[in-house]
Parts: sequence; C-alpha cells; structure tokens
Amino acid sequence: MKNIGIDIGSTTVKLVVMEGEKILYRIYQRHLSQVRQATLQALEGAKQFLKGDKFRAAISGSAGLGLAEDAGIDFVQEVFATYKTVMEYEPDTDAVIELGGEDAKIIFLSGGLEERMNGSCAGGTGAFIDQMATLLSITPEEMDELSLKHERIYPIASRCGVFAKTDIQPLLNQGARKEDVSASIFQAVVDQTVTGLSQGRKIEGKVLFLGGPLFFFKGLQERFAETLKLSKKNAVFPSWAQYSVAIGTAIFTRGLDREYSYEEFTDILQNASSRSKSTHYLKPLFANEQEHDEFVNRHSKANVPWKDIADYSGDAYLGIDCGSTTTKLVLMSDSFETLYRYYSSSQGNPVGIVRQQLQKIYEACGDRVKIRYAVATGYGEELIQHAFHLDDGIVETIAHFKAAQHFDPKVEFILDIGGQDIKCFKIKNDAIDSIMLNEACSSGCGSFIETFAKSMGYTAEEFARLGLFSKYPVDLGSRCTVFMNSSVKQAQKDGASVEDISAGLSMSVVKNVLYKVIRARSSDELGEHIVVQGGTFLNDAVLRSFEQEIGHNVTRPDIAGLMGAYGAAIYGRGIYKASGEEKLSSMLSAKELENFVHESKPIVCQGCTNHCNLTINTFAGGERYISGNRCEKPLGLGKEKQLPDLYRFKLDQIRNLSEDCRRLREEKPMRRGTVGLPLGLNMYENLFFWVEFFHSLQMNVVISDLSSRALYAKGQYSVPSDTACYPAKLMHGHIENLLDQGVDTIFYPCMSYNFDEQKGDNHFNCPVVAYYPELLASNVEKLKSVRYLYPYLNLSAQKTFPKKVWEALRDYYPDLTLKEVKQASENAYNRYHAQRMEIKEKGKEALEFAREHGLKTIILCGRPYHVDPEINHGINQLITSLGLVVVSEDCVSDLVEPVRPNVLNQWTYHARLYNAAKYVTEHDDCELVQLVSFGCGIDAITTDEVSEILARGDRLYTQLKIDEINNLGAVKIRLRSLVGAVRERDAQKKKQ
Amino acid sequence: MEPMKKVTFTKEMKQTHTILIPTMLPIHFKILGNVLENYGYKIKVLDNFGQGVIDQGLKNVHNDTCYPAQLVIGQMIDALEHCDLPLDKVALLITQTGGGCRASNYIHLLRKALNKCGYGEIPVISASFLKSEQSGGFSLPVTMLLQAVYGVLCGDLIMTLYNQCIPYENVSGESQKAVDDSVEMAEQLFCKKLLRWKEVSALMVKIIKRFNQVNRRKEEKIKVGIVGEIYVKYSPLGNNNLEEFLLSEGCEVVCPGLFDFLLYCTHNVEFDHDLYGINAVKAAVMRKVNHFLRGRKSDMIHLIEQNSDFQPPCHFESTIESTKGYIGKGVKMGEGWLLTAEMVELIQHYHVNNIVCTQPFGCLPNHICGKGVMRVIKEKNPQANIVAVDYDSSASKVNQQNRIKLMLANARLMASQQNMASGNTSNRQQDSTLKQVQDVNKDSHSQVHAGFAASTVGNKSSEEQLELAAQNG
Repeated sequence: MKNIGIDIGSTTVKLVVMEGEKILYRIYQRHLSQVRQATLQALEGAKQFLKGDKFRAAISGSAGLGLAEDAGIDFVQEVFATYKTVMEYEPDTDAVIELGGEDAKIIFLSGGLEERMNGSCAGGTGAFIDQMATLLSITPEEMDELSLKHERIYPIASRCGVFAKTDIQPLLNQGARKEDVSASIFQAVVDQTVTGLSQGRKIEGKVLFLGGPLFFFKGLQERFAETLKLSKKNAVFPSWAQYSVAIGTAIFTRGLDREYSYEEFTDILQNASSRSKSTHYLKPLFANEQEHDEFVNRHSKANVPWKDIADYSGDAYLGIDCGSTTTKLVLMSDSFETLYRYYSSSQGNPVGIVRQQLQKIYEACGDRVKIRYAVATGYGEELIQHAFHLDDGIVETIAHFKAAQHFDPKVEFILDIGGQDIKCFKIKNDAIDSIMLNEACSSGCGSFIETFAKSMGYTAEEFARLGLFSKYPVDLGSRCTVFMNSSVKQAQKDGASVEDISAGLSMSVVKNVLYKVIRARSSDELGEHIVVQGGTFLNDAVLRSFEQEIGHNVTRPDIAGLMGAYGAAIYGRGIYKASGEEKLSSMLSAKELENFVHESKPIVCQGCTNHCNLTINTFAGGERYISGNRCEKPLGLGKEKQLPDLYRFKLDQIRNLSEDCRRLREEKPMRRGTVGLPLGLNMYENLFFWVEFFHSLQMNVVISDLSSRALYAKGQYSVPSDTACYPAKLMHGHIENLLDQGVDTIFYPCMSYNFDEQKGDNHFNCPVVAYYPELLASNVEKLKSVRYLYPYLNLSAQKTFPKKVWEALRDYYPDLTLKEVKQASENAYNRYHAQRMEIKEKGKEALEFAREHGLKTIILCGRPYHVDPEINHGINQLITSLGLVVVSEDCVSDLVEPVRPNVLNQWTYHARLYNAAKYVTEHDDCELVQLVSFGCGIDAITTDEVSEILARGDRLYTQLKIDEINNLGAVKIRLRSLVGAVRERDAQKKKQ
Repeated sequence: MEPMKKVTFTKEMKQTHTILIPTMLPIHFKILGNVLENYGYKIKVLDNFGQGVIDQGLKNVHNDTCYPAQLVIGQMIDALEHCDLPLDKVALLITQTGGGCRASNYIHLLRKALNKCGYGEIPVISASFLKSEQSGGFSLPVTMLLQAVYGVLCGDLIMTLYNQCIPYENVSGESQKAVDDSVEMAEQLFCKKLLRWKEVSALMVKIIKRFNQVNRRKEEKIKVGIVGEIYVKYSPLGNNNLEEFLLSEGCEVVCPGLFDFLLYCTHNVEFDHDLYGINAVKAAVMRKVNHFLRGRKSDMIHLIEQNSDFQPPCHFESTIESTKGYIGKGVKMGEGWLLTAEMVELIQHYHVNNIVCTQPFGCLPNHICGKGVMRVIKEKNPQANIVAVDYDSSASKVNQQNRIKLMLANARLMASQQNMASGNTSNRQQDSTLKQVQDVNKDSHSQVHAGFAASTVGNKSSEEQLELAAQNG
C-alpha cells in the first residue's frame, strides 16, 4: 500500500509518495497562490508511482486546510505531522525547530511533549527572508552565500518582520556591507524563533532543524547552531528537512481506511467546490470600462511640464531624494520645468547610482545648463550631501510640502506613500499644521506590494494592473503586513485569484493609511484640495482605492514618485534666488566624479554606553562621513556645551544612587543583609523610596545595572508574551542581572495603585506595571533559588503602608519591629518627595535656561522608565544635538490646573501627560514629543487625547514609537520635521 | 476644537427613548433586556453582526485599542447608521467595569466616536455594577439589580446546560429549542418588579428539567474549555464563532459563566481592603454582597445536582482556592486572577485539559494572568493542553483555526493514549474507575456543601435584607 502526504504551505506545495518506510517520490514547488493547480501538477509528476494502484492520502499545511475541507480529504495539522516524522526517523531528538514560509514551530520532545507555533505577531520566517533578499536586490541564495562571509552582526529587531525591516533599511542606506546585513537578517530570524517560541524552556540536547528555509540556507543553519551553542552532533539538518510535514502526513495515512485510485483522487481535487468561504469581498475598483477611462483621463491632466534638456540653456537646480528603497533625481529649469528625471530602486547602493546619474546629467548639460544649487533629501540625505558636496540638505517632509504646494497652492492635505514611509501633512495658513507618519508597525506601503508581487511572479506594475479589473477584491484587513500575509493565506484557501488579491492589497494599504495613520473618518477631515504622491500612488489600483474609500477625487501629479526630489530642487532655487549672488553649485564636478571612490566600514562607537553602530564612509581624498551616531562625540568635534536635558539628569541621579549603594555595601555591610532591586518600570521612580527604606532598616541594596541589549538578551528566554512592551520584557534581564550579582533576596512589589498626585479620577498603575512581579515569579525559574519578595503594597495609602509592609516582611526578618518600619517608611516618603522636588526644580532651571538663550524646549513625554537609555535609545541626546532643551513631562505637569480630559483619567503616570500637553499649549516656546512604547495599550488612549489637547491649542503633536528597534533614522526625520514645521510656522506668524 | 459634549440620559427620556444595548452573550442579554423593560425602559438588544460592525469599529476607534472596544462601539455606530428609529429618540447603553484596565475607558471612547460621526447628541448610559459614572435618568434600584443578578445566573444555567446537550443531541435543533423555551420561561417570570429567590429557583428547576428532556446519546467527546478576556470569550462576533467551530470539530465546549465575573468584582473590593487597608466601608458592603451572590450560585449548583446528571459549575470558594500557587489575588485588573483560576479549575475540577485561552491582540492584563501563568499551569498539571489565541480585526481565521487544530490534535492523541492505556483493562473495570472518580468528586462536593450549609443559613438573612430593602424602595 502506498501512502501520499501533501503539505500545502503558504508558498509551496510538498508531496511525497511512500511505500512502507521507503520514499518513492518527492517534489517541492512554489504554488504562487494557485493551490489546487499546483497540487494537481505535483500529483501529475507522481503519476507513474500511483497508476493502477490504490493508495491512502491526506493533506496538511495552512493553505491546505481549505482544500482538504472542500474535497473531503483527511487533514493533518502540520506540527502534528512533523511530530510523526520525527518519531519515525529520529526518535531520540530532544527538540525540533521548523521554519516554514510564514510559520515557525517548535516541538519539545524530551521532558514533556510540547508543541508551539508562533503567535500572530511574529512573521519573520521564509517569506521574510525572501522579502529581505528583495530589499538587498539579490536572490535568497546569494544572500545565503554572502552571509557566510560576514564580519559582524548588527542588532536587528527580532520580534517581527516589519520591525526588522525598519532596522535593515537604514543600515543599507548608510552603506553597511551586504555580507554583514545578510548574516544579521538570519540572526534576527534565529532570535525571533528562539525567544518567540521557547518561552522559558531551554532548547538543548539533540535539535532537529526542519522546513524549507532551514534546509536551503547554510547561513541560517550556522546562526542557529551558534546561537543555541549546539555541537555538530547535536545540530541535525536532515536531508528530508523540507519534506518533514509531507512525510508525517504520509505516515499518518497508514491509520486511515479510505483508499483512492489516481483518477478518483485527482477527480476529487479537481471538482472540489469551495464550500466554506469565510473571506470577505469588497466592491470592485471599477464598475465598468467607462469609469476606468474617465479615471485615466482625469489623472493624465495632472502633470509637470517637460523641457528637453538638449534645447535648454540657462540655470538649473538639482534635487536628489535618497529614499529608503528608491533613489530619485530631478533637474529643474528656472521656470520649474523638469529637464531630467530619474527614479529607480536603490539596489542597496544609492551612492553608486547617484554618481552614475550625476555623470549622465553633466553630460546632458554640456556648457549650456548651469547647475546653480543642489539639495539632498530623504533617508540618505546626509550621506549623499557629504559624498557629492551638495549645497544643502532638507528634511524630506519639507521637501514634499514644497513640491505639493507648487503643484496646488491651495493644497490642504498631502499624502505621500513611499516605499517604507507614509507621511501625511495638514496644511493651514501656508504652513504645515500637523504631520502624521506611520509607525514601524503599520508599514504596509509600497515595498510590501512590490515584494509581494514578486513573490507571486509578477512585477509591481503587472500586479497593479491585474488588480484594476478584479471582480471580487478580497478584504485583507488593515493592521500590518504580517497580518496581511496571513489574510492572503486565508483568501488563497478560499480560492481567490491573483487579481482579487492585488485589488485587496491596494485597499488594505489605503485603509491602513486612513484609519491607522491619519485616523480620519471622512474626506471632510482632509479638506477639498488633496495631493497624493509617492511611488506607491503610481499604482492606479492604490489611487483608485483611495478615492473610493474617501469618496472624493484627489490630485496625483505625474511625477508622484519624484515629488521629494522636485521639492528639494524648488527649495534650492528659492535659497539661490534669495542669496542674490551668482555662483555654481558646490557639487563635485564631472571630473571629480570620475575619480570618485566610496568605501564603507562598520564600527561600534566606544564613546559612551549607547555603543552606537557607526558606519564610516570614506570618499576620494580620504574624506570621511560618519553615520549612525546619536551625538556629536564620534565626529571628533570636541566637547560642545551640553544643553539642559532632564532625561540625562534623571539618569545621572540613578547612576549616582546606584554607586552610593555599592560604596555603602563595601564600606558598611549592614546587619540585615542585602536586597536586590530590579531597575525597571515603576522602580525607576520609586527607587529612591526603596533605597532609603531598606537602608533605614539596616539592609544593603543592590540595584541591577542599567539596561542594555546584552542584559535584555540574557533574560529574553523567559518572556512568555512577545507582544508585551519592551520595558516590561527588559525586567527579565534585570532579574538575571541581580541573580548574577549573587543577591539572595530580591524585592519587587506588586502595586495596583501608584502615588496619588491629585491629577485624575484615580491613581492606578497600568496592568503590566502593576503585576509584572507576578509574571516574573511564574516564569523565571531561577527565582525559586532565592528569596523573591513581591508583596502587594500601596504607596498612596501612607497611613496603612507601614503596617502592611511590616506584615509582608516580618516572616523573613523576624526581628523587624513595626516601630522601625514606621520610621523607615517616613524616611522613605521624605526622600521620595525630596527627590521629586529636586527634579522639578531642575526642570524649572532648564526652562529658564531655554528662555534666556532663546531656545525651544521639547517636553519629552513618557513614563519614568523611558529614562532608560536602552528604552529611549538616546532620543534625548538626539534632541539636544538639534539645539533643543529637553524637559520631562513630570516637571511641568504641576505647573497647570489639572486637565479634565475626555477620557477616564485614572493612571498616575498618564495623568501627567495631559497636564504636560496643556502646559505646552500655554507656552509658545515649548513643543511636545511623546514617547510611546510599542505594545502599550494604554497609550492607544493617551496618544489620541494628548494630540487632541494640543490640537485645541493649535499645536503640533509628535509621537515617537519605540521598541527594541535601535535605529533612529525615522526618529530623526520626525524631529527635524517638527523643527522645520515650527520654524515655518513662526516665520508665518511674524509675517502676519 | 471644543471639549467634548456629554449628553446625559434624563428622566423624561425614559418615556421617549429606546436604549440600544450591544450584545455579548445572546442568552444573558436577552434576559437582561427583559429586566430593563420590566422597569419601564424601552430596550433594543443589538443583533447586527458582520463586516459592517468591524469596519465601523476600525474607522472610529484607535486601532491599537483592544478589539472588544472596536467591536462594541462599531456595533453601536453600525446600528445607528441603519437605525429605523428617529435618532433623537435613541440612547446607548454601555457597561463599565471600572478598575485599572483600559477597558474602563470604553464609554469615553464611545462618546469620542459618536462626536466624530455626528452622533454627539445621543445620550450614553453607563451601566456599572460599581458605578464608575452616573447617568441622570438611568438608575439601578436594588430590586432591579437583584433581578439582573438572577438574570445572569439563569443565563449561565441555560448556557451551561446547552453546552452539555448540543454535542450529544439525537435530533438536531433540540438543544436550541430547550434554550428558546427556557428563555421564554425566564421572560415570563421576569415581568414583575419584585422577584423572590424561591420563584427564581423554581424557574431554574423548570429549566433543568426542560434540558433533561433533550434526548442525548452516550458518547465520549473531547472537552474543550474556553476562557479569556470576557468579551472575546463569550461573543461569537469577537471570537470568530469559536464555539461553533469547536462543535464542528466534534468537541464539547465548557465555558465558565458570567456570574463568576460578578463574584470576582465584588470580591476584589473586599480583598483590596485586606491587602491595603483602604475603603473599609465599601469593602464591608461588598463582602455582604459577595456573600449573598456566592450563596445563590451554590443554590444553583445544588439544584443542578438534585435534578439532573449534568455537571454543575464550581462553588466560588473552590474558584478562589484555585489561584493558590498560581497567581496572587491582588491581580484585579481586567479578568485578573479569575482567568487563571478558571484555567486551573477547568483542569482540576472539570478534568478538561484542553483549553483555548482567548484574548484581544495585545490585551494588557492577559500578558500577566493569561499567557503569564501558562508555564506554571503546565508545570503543575503536565496534562494541560492550552492554546492562546489572539483576536483582532485583522488576525485571520485560518491562522487561529490552525492553532486550535494543533491543540485538538494533541487532545486526540492524549485521549487515544489514555484509551490505549486503559484498553487492556475490561470495560467494567473502566466503568468502576469512572464511578470512583465521580464518587470522589461527589465527596469533595459534599464537603464543600457541608462547609456551606452554615453560610447558606447566614445568607438567608442577607437575602432578606436585600429583598426588604427592595420593597422599601
């Protein structure tokens, strides 16, 4: 009897024919979403082994679920199938790691069977590797080869594919070596799999690696073996790795009764009608040809005039937009016509492309055209400006605004969807009124559609065209690309065509923009004059979806993809005209370009604890440009006077306290021993309280070290919920850190309530802050080996506190008296309040300093633990380097009447935010920037409310989402946009 | 931009306005709607589902807010968009639990959304057990609260019995018929202002007997427990028809009742005082209320035991006991310790090892009391087979089902291994073991009962007090 196992994954079909234990036939092929056809094809190949015989068969795999249901063929869950295979082939295995197209799975065999799959927010697997390869303009196979030659590994956010992408893109733009980036990508996949799936269980012993990616990519194998510290013998990469599910499925069929003949089986598959369609369908983009013609007609009118460069002589201005995935150039005449346009993928080497293009431009210019001013913009702005000695650089938001305004002077709303970024601006009184940018976790933009199209075997243009005439566009949701991938899977399961998926993706991108980024409800909120631009809008399907969704026609310039470069050129023209002197651009000459060389080398900065990953670019003549820095230090400019920065001040206070505790331990060991305090979450603000409290009780204190990537990595293995916020997940590392320091007692109380600062309706901590000690107790095994005290305490109930804390401690410290505890509590409260006062005083000083020196102040709003440099990634330093003073929200939240917000105001830390926002509306020299940790559910509420309070006072709102991501490229653009917009607005005000 | 309007529900509106209520549990909410109507309100429990609801939620609520908020608010706005009543004669009711979870903010998010869509004039009523926000013309007199409480308990009873009938019914539709009949019986009873427990318990007996009539076949099915965030746990809209899916996979669903959530909330106030020494007066009141509620639940359990062979739910004492060694009872935000307790209870009391733990994507409390405790649960109960499933407007059904299928595959494997292990022993022997297990269970029950007898007596007085209070006003 023969047994057939068919594994239909998200991208591939695997089929094996077995007879007993022998594998007669096996095939592995991509299905390009044509699930049924591909399966039938695979069967065709197996025909010779099946003809004339009866056999048993079953289907497995996420995309096979639907087909199995429709055809009434037995279905096996894929992890379960893998388990069957392993038990038959390698029964002495301890753990199995299997990566598929879009799923990651782990099976623990020894020490209690346990099977796990990745959660819904963890997409970095096979499809992710494909996407990253596209980003690097190489094939996955090439990426694999390159990775084996790496010299260093960059930290790349490992939680989710989208996050990783935002880390990788700037690395490429900064000129990091492809070898290193490739290896780093594999490392990210490894980290994600290990942390996302192990959840506290150690992966050790004999480990089997299965699935396509782990079979094909040697680089990935190497990363896994190294990370898990597996010996050659214990890291097993079997030759049947990519067939493991199919084999298990075939094995499973041994227990089935039903038998098929080849004809029967293919008939069943062929005729299986989709019974259960759970996919939701949307309205087609065009009802008929006529509608489409009208649409094409209308948009063809929006264009920028061309001027043939061969016929032109006179002044010209150059704009270069070095974006995240594409490089764009525009040479503009004195009367705003375009003389030269260029738009292309950066292919991971923007410098080379720009050089080539500049040479072409010089050639076309001859002696007739004089380039007067050249301006760079975009992600790679600084790199390009330095490499080619351009005259100027502007932040891309301002460049886009300039271009759109030129196009439609009455423009009220600009929406730009690029390869990676979504930027929206509201324009009021000729100035940017508000800027909205997408978050790392909603980057369903151009590059996503492009890579998706490629993965299905189409170019982006073909893919878009197909979507235009889809009859049943599928609804793919709007959260993020990872979710979209799985929604596509669902649609494929229901038999959706490529056309329908293409149209659906366009609509998803649009919905994502409207509801997540702009948070708009109708076109009324966007205004009458809407200009849309960015490469993504060249896709007619996206454009049409957008118009359909807002029920309003919009303008799309024909140079939609070049607006940044065009705006930069316009800006350059303005500056040049205003200067009044006649000169040529400082840009490298044609001759200098010939001798141009560019090399890039990555190093780690040792200037401070941030340990930035720097890229040193060396150009002809030994000129250098350093990127990746947060502060001026590595640039060797010498010490500039530092501007007041409350975040730094708070951090220094904590450092000093930590040092004091250490000294005291050495000089004066106390009689009741030592207590360890993990430095994270609410402990940041309560640290002074607890140190004073324990010192008063004759106990020494060990404070865990400041967070770092390494500290996080140390505790990562015991994180049970990967969607919790980064500050919370860091706590695992702090506990490990304390244990490493050899403390025998760790104190970390649960606190439903925080201090009552009389600002809101209640004074809770958020659920995660309040109860994280509980989670640590149940997930960090090692805590069982020490005394881990996590009593429930309420600091706002000062009266009952001493007794309650005494009750919690007296079992462990029998000689402790209530009287002592009362005194210690009083000391602690005093110290806490004194320290809070000190901070507020310092804040006042900083504000005064700013006013004296005519500087703007950024009220950097967050939580106390955002002071942690591993959490804020040095954003405060970045802000001061832009010439702004940094003051934290708690310094100003008492300087205004408490706000009554439109939401329930019941969390102590969050109540400060609303007051800080109000303070900003009352002070023109302050701007607000809110730090939001990814996954902070409560900030979904506070961000909306804070931005509304600011809007009521006609002020800009800037939100920075932070996570493990260690790259400040996007943050810098945001901050510079804020500064640029504020400057423009102030200028407007002066005019009036 | 002006500060947001807050339209309150006035006394006059009681006559003129129809109150729209979002659905969470179809059975319960039908009865609760009935209770409100009984007190003179015009009620419409919303029955609009589908993509329209989800779309409205996406449009009007911050997409990072929890999924239930998006659904509840989406359902209301969708209902207003397709409302056949004049919009100036409509009010909305939303429940508010209070506490440190962001869910306490639903009412504010609803108002924001209403303002955004131009429905700012529609009054919003907050219905809260612990009164987070008062609405002028809407009041919950003690008698009504009492009825609502009884309503929830009856809803739980019907749901519990239905879950135990539907997988085994011989004639399809029979269990649903029993539900319909039971709800009708309940509606007939819940039509007067004052209800005595005697009447309610008589109703319960009728309901139990009605379900006894459902013709069931004897068959071993895999039992799967559903726990989680309260909305996605119960609402088919929130959990992509999880119950239906599990039934189609040939499982019996075990789902702890809503009444436990009331017990949990009231107990927390009491326990907060124990922990922190605050709110003594409120705690004393809630202690009484909690005591009274526990008594009613125990009564219901007895009624099930006396009148049927259905498996009754647990006494609240054992629910509390279940947290020991797993989580502190101080975890009181969201579903808090109750969620952990329910998982432990399912495994230890119901012997249901297979559990789907549902939560909205990124649910804050569930990081702690859901996913956070799974490791300990597995450690102490190696047979536990739990899958955590995230729900979200964009999470695809196929992903969710695939994970649940993995859990079911394991469940079947375990079941077959058990069968194999006991396959050698004769059937009779197996029966007797089963009986032994049942006996042991019964014993432990009766022990709890014994401990309870006293308290039930004590309860009487508190019930009488409440009823007396009700009569007086």
